[in-house]
Amino acid sequence: MTELFLLFLSSIFVHNILLSRFLGCCPFMGVSSKSETARGMGVAVVFVIVLASLMTWLTYNFLLVPLHLEYLYTLSFILVIAALVQFVELALKKLNPTLYKSLGIFLPLITTNCAVLGVAVLNMNEGYGLAESLVNALGSSLGFLLAISLMAGIRERIESNEGIPECLRGLPMALITAGLMSIAFMGFNGIIK
Amino acid sequence: MDFMHVIVEPLALMGIMGGVFGALLAVASIVFRVHQDERIGLIRAALPGANCGGCGYPGCDGYASGVVNDGAATNKCSVGGAPVAQKIAEIMGVKAEAAEPMRAFVRCKGTPEASPRLADYDGVRDCRAAATVPGGSPNACPFSCIGFGTCVSVCPFGALSMENGLPKVDLDKCTGCGVCVSNCPKSVLTLVPRKANIVVACNSHWKGPMVRKVCSAGCIGCGLCAKNCPVQAITIDRDLAVIDPNKCIGCGRCVSKCPTKCIAADQACTPLEQTA
Repeated sequence: MTELFLLFLSSIFVHNILLSRFLGCCPFMGVSSKSETARGMGVAVVFVIVLASLMTWLTYNFLLVPLHLEYLYTLSFILVIAALVQFVELALKKLNPTLYKSLGIFLPLITTNCAVLGVAVLNMNEGYGLAESLVNALGSSLGFLLAISLMAGIRERIESNEGIPECLRGLPMALITAGLMSIAFMGFNGIIK
Repeated sequence: MDFMHVIVEPLALMGIMGGVFGALLAVASIVFRVHQDERIGLIRAALPGANCGGCGYPGCDGYASGVVNDGAATNKCSVGGAPVAQKIAEIMGVKAEAAEPMRAFVRCKGTPEASPRLADYDGVRDCRAAATVPGGSPNACPFSCIGFGTCVSVCPFGALSMENGLPKVDLDKCTGCGVCVSNCPKSVLTLVPRKANIVVACNSHWKGPMVRKVCSAGCIGCGLCAKNCPVQAITIDRDLAVIDPNKCIGCGRCVSKCPTKCIAADQACTPLEQTA
């Protein structure tokens, strides 16, 4: 139990998927200019990563391992994730239109997001069991939500700041901010493990 | 054996996985099909696609579904104007309601020369932010245009520009969507019918002497215009002249009588030219 909890914390803070593993940086820059959309994206990522981790774990352990075709994991994980996201989108649209409205537009964006594939591959490389995989997935995706929400909050504030030199406004400042945030998150290094 | 394991098995696995997922998705798309009214697509295609939000819906998609699902009026799209309203009405099978073509109008003549600034505002250069300072405005007249050009930056059609501290409306580009109106914290910008040629360019409800103190071009509520109007189109509402565009015949008598010249014949707007 303690180990699972530590894994959970370490995947949120110490090994934050955006700020220390540098996975999924595209939405981190692209969808972080407004807190509202950033939150939507973050929640959708939590949803998809947890589901995808479950599915890829099953695929790996019950399909690839028995057939001794482990080397096909990239291909099959991409296939599983893409089909899963498409399926979830279709199902949500019918079964829960409210949730579809808040997540729907972000779901197709996540299909090919490397954070999703990254977590699945990490689970496999570390040899996690099902419980550990799910905890790692939840922690990593919550870390994504945390980082992108923080980033959006900061970007909203610096957007209208007149003190920033013109050449640095917008994306350059966002990249510098991301770097500083990353350094700050590196401070968690060594707390766990 | 080697051949089987190296080539056939991976191919078969991937093929089967792909086939199964494809079939699942095909089934899911039938099971979870959401019936969408085909009129939504037709209306969406008829709309100009500016996504300005002037209709009050989030973008053209929102308006299209609003018309079909919530029974929104067919003439809400000010960008498309009468032709689009006509098309939407045809799709919906109802009679088109005539849309009065509108345009933005600046209800202020408080240039820095006419109306002094009270304070040096050093915050975010945005009217919406500046309007939150104590007193409601860095200007002496709290009703006046703050002049930081928020309207210019929000206009989706590039129809506004700042000239001598006040926004200027380019009538060729203005579609009357009203985005500037909803973003102007002082309600200086307003929508008036395109045919309205004579408009009161002041927004102040203060009494005459107080207006005099803060602005040389403001409406002092003297009522000369109302007295001289041959068709009683002008009323004084809390010390501000209001012209009813439906009654106004454009004779221009009020323009010549107004002591502060805040009633203007907006000659740039030739009446009824763009309304066809």
